[in-house]
Amino acid sequence: MNGPQDLGGQMGFGPVAPERNEPYFHADWEKRALGVTLSCGAFGAWNIDESRHMRESLHPADYYASSYYEIWIKALERLLERHGFVSGVEREAGHSLGKGAEPKRVLKAADVAVVLAKGGPCDRRVAAAPKFKAGDTVRTKVFNPQGHTRLPRYARGKIGRIDAVREGYVFPDTNAHHRGEQQQWVYTVVFDGPEIWGAGSDPTLTVSIDAWESYLEGV
Amino acid sequence: MAHKHHTHHGHHTHDGHDNHLDPMAARVKALETILTEKGLIDPAAIDVIVDTYENKVGPKNGAKVVAKAWTDPEFADWLKKDATAAIASLGFTGRQGEHMQAVFNTPGQHNLVVCTLCSCYPWTVLGLPPVWYKAPPYRSRAVIDPRSVLEEFGLSLSPEIHIRVWDSTAELRYLVVPMRPEGTEGLSEEQLAELVSRDSMIGTAIVERPR
Repeated sequence: MNGPQDLGGQMGFGPVAPERNEPYFHADWEKRALGVTLSCGAFGAWNIDESRHMRESLHPADYYASSYYEIWIKALERLLERHGFVSGVEREAGHSLGKGAEPKRVLKAADVAVVLAKGGPCDRRVAAAPKFKAGDTVRTKVFNPQGHTRLPRYARGKIGRIDAVREGYVFPDTNAHHRGEQQQWVYTVVFDGPEIWGAGSDPTLTVSIDAWESYLEGV
Repeated sequence: MAHKHHTHHGHHTHDGHDNHLDPMAARVKALETILTEKGLIDPAAIDVIVDTYENKVGPKNGAKVVAKAWTDPEFADWLKKDATAAIASLGFTGRQGEHMQAVFNTPGQHNLVVCTLCSCYPWTVLGLPPVWYKAPPYRSRAVIDPRSVLEEFGLSLSPEIHIRVWDSTAELRYLVVPMRPEGTEGLSEEQLAELVSRDSMIGTAIVERPR
């Protein structure tokens, strides 16, 4: 979706302002936010693509006014409600008001190290051979889906070249909406700066994205 | 978003107690309470997660990878071809590092990593991302005007050096391998790792010659 998350090339946000010796957390609640978010991810009720889509579905004014952990928590509340784990009434009350949905698993302290070390690989076998090879010229498609996609607006309808053929990855555009993993080949596609940003832009700049095969067409 | 953090920074650091909960602290506390009452989360598991990312996983991991690549050409070659396996051989695997790609700076090309769409970042080698990496100024400008972004980090690249920006739009996570500075010939792998900053592995810094 053309949501607030799609930031590449937007203007007006000001300088980057890195913080010297920045701590990992700026408040204790951020620690709990990280832990609660990861623990709820372990339920197995949603996948990373659905949670990303929930975050980018926040109202743009809310998204831009929120720190990243705030975005996580606001999206998590909605995920927990959508999947029947915690209702809005319960959040209001601050307490459980009865049994909700059953998770596939509950993350216990003793299992955290193993679960984090394992991660959640998204590579899947794709039966068909890759359509493109390194060096091929391609054009990214132009589309504006209502749902989740990982093709940023700045890179739509642009001519680039295949820099590398990666692996078959789960397709976020369907997986975010529980329409299956539908794995596809993923490619690193590189664009010359002026192809994206126009005449007068930095000629020494190249920008690459990682693109699923269905985002691309041959030229 | 970064600004918000800076504005409230002093407040947060001096008020980490539960007796005056700000709205977000109260919101997270409520969620944790409800989930715990339902038996859906284990508060001790949260402690372990926080301890992992506060004390165990961080840019020291990535610095070890870089220092090894600088001193061991075979490892550097492996890192180029199969970063996931090469990095795993040092014991760094897992969440947000399942699929790794190392990109090597050269005299002619400087690499910079961003995630314009969210906050994708190689947790296994760099730990949790800094606030600026997740905030709109960096995410919006890194792809269109990286030179001015680098200036804000105090890095002035000469105009003939090409900049390659890697936008992490899929599940591949990028680690920049900075160039080894001159004057470090006598240093051990451990000493070299000390020189490698987090930012140099994102691409917002280079590794300076030690003074």
